[in-house]
Amino acid sequence: MKQMNFKPKSRIKEFLGEKIIAVTAFAALLAIMLIFTFIFKESVPIFYDAEIQEEASLNKMTFKQEYIEGREPKWSWQPNSDIPKYSLLPLFIGTIKAALVAMLFAIPLGVGAAIYSAEFASRRMREMIKPIIELLAGIPSVVLGFFALIVLATFLQDFFGFTYRLNAINAGIALGIAVIPIIFTMAEDAMTSVPQSLRDAALALGASPWQVSLTVVLPTALPGIAAGIVLGFGRAIGETMIVLMASGNAAIISGSITDSIRTISATIAAELAEVVFGSAHYNVIFFLGTLLFIFTFFVNMGGDFVLRRLKERLQGKTV
Amino acid sequence: MKNLILVSMMILLAVSVITAGSTITIKGSDTLVRLGQRWAEEYMKKNPGTVIQVSGGGSGTGIAALLNGTTDICEASRDMKAKEYKLAEKKGFKPVRYSVALDGIAVFINKDMPIKELSLAQLKGIYTDAITNWKEVGGPDHLIIIYGRENNSGTYAFFKKQVLDREDYADRTQTLPGTAAVVNAVAKDKWGIGYGGIAWAKGVKFVAVKKDDTTKAVIPTSESVSSGTYPISRELYWFFSSEPTGELKKLLDWALSDKGQQVAEDVDYVPLPKK
Repeated sequence: MKQMNFKPKSRIKEFLGEKIIAVTAFAALLAIMLIFTFIFKESVPIFYDAEIQEEASLNKMTFKQEYIEGREPKWSWQPNSDIPKYSLLPLFIGTIKAALVAMLFAIPLGVGAAIYSAEFASRRMREMIKPIIELLAGIPSVVLGFFALIVLATFLQDFFGFTYRLNAINAGIALGIAVIPIIFTMAEDAMTSVPQSLRDAALALGASPWQVSLTVVLPTALPGIAAGIVLGFGRAIGETMIVLMASGNAAIISGSITDSIRTISATIAAELAEVVFGSAHYNVIFFLGTLLFIFTFFVNMGGDFVLRRLKERLQGKTV
Repeated sequence: MKNLILVSMMILLAVSVITAGSTITIKGSDTLVRLGQRWAEEYMKKNPGTVIQVSGGGSGTGIAALLNGTTDICEASRDMKAKEYKLAEKKGFKPVRYSVALDGIAVFINKDMPIKELSLAQLKGIYTDAITNWKEVGGPDHLIIIYGRENNSGTYAFFKKQVLDREDYADRTQTLPGTAAVVNAVAKDKWGIGYGGIAWAKGVKFVAVKKDDTTKAVIPTSESVSSGTYPISRELYWFFSSEPTGELKKLLDWALSDKGQQVAEDVDYVPLPKK
């Protein structure tokens, strides 16, 4: 009798438990959707409001503009001007440049450290290296930015003789320091989870430890490493405080990584506090936010897609 | 039970009203934040029941806060724009402005740069990219590296209006968050030039500025700003959402008194001329 009562009661509990957990899962999804809706909503006037399009239409934000008659048309970001200028191109270039330098700096270091830690380091060494690198992730970005502004910029300029003290390299390296732990952790986890049987098989066939790491472990762990790189890239695109302090924030069109840059995220952070609500500038800043959101979203989606394809190719569909 | 809740709620309400009555928030210009803090400290020492919270963020941020009703006093290094006055009117109040101190915008260069003076026209040329080489203003042959403030700063707006005749800054201007960052950058960059309040500039060299070629170049000092001979100077303001009364009025009167102005001078701002 007691047992009979017990069973349905527990089913209700299970039912409720399951639903509550489902709600938590959807809450995150809902939050993302609401955030996106809000940001996007604040930027829509760009698409229909004639008064705002006067200052900032898609056409004006994309193409070269002749702001003063007779002067050469140019791309320019000067929102607080008598003739406000909202070219997005300089900001895109800045963002991409910073992220690329960061990745060039962080991928070799992150993956290299992961290979060493997972494949070659002694247990003691490994237990020392891993927490220290992961500690890097705990450094607040404002501290990294400050370090880059005061110390790193001077060091780099003295060493390489850059014209501009604050430039894409300086910001990129500081960003890279923030990205290394992400790449390292993901890559290291991926490599340590490669089954021992694969290594044993390779060793038994006469491969040296180096050959095992490079030809067996590394390719097998590639999806995990790729995921780390993609996540790191997303972080580098969105990171704000470091670039705000270390990049010089000059919105210019230039292919050189020794010039100053202005990124999308730093622009939002620096200008949002000042804008008049409902003005063209306000809408453009939210439009930038929307673009940043979509961009990182697709980077992550693309990363996920590549990851799955790689997994299928490398490990077969059973894994 | 109901009574108990009611009573406790009333006590809570009373407590919050009392504490709210003696808390003053000041928000706004990064140029003024140091002065605001010193004033608050001195004032709180003399009036222990009053709590004053001071924060920066830029003149624009302070004005936005005043319009949204989230600050009692807005510190600003520029006047409110017509747009902002209109917005205030729409919200049903008329902001009141008081000058509380003066400030000169100093132009500074690295200590190793052998230049002593620049005219306003030369400064305009440098910041609008018409003059790009130090050679053109009597210095060595090297590109001028220009530093400035982020566009949410009152200093940015003031310099733009006063020196650039409202023209745009050169796109390649490196904009930094805060005058301290600009000073630091110029102190470390041999070819750099920057601007900011005279209260901040430590470790760099002031440039003497002349209005045009016929006038004498003047170094920004308390005296030259106060007397008006230094060409790039400005008033610093406190804005209230209406004519201040009570504790706010007391604080304002104290800040404008000789004692308050002495505090301003102690932290390198320029006191208002004595009436």
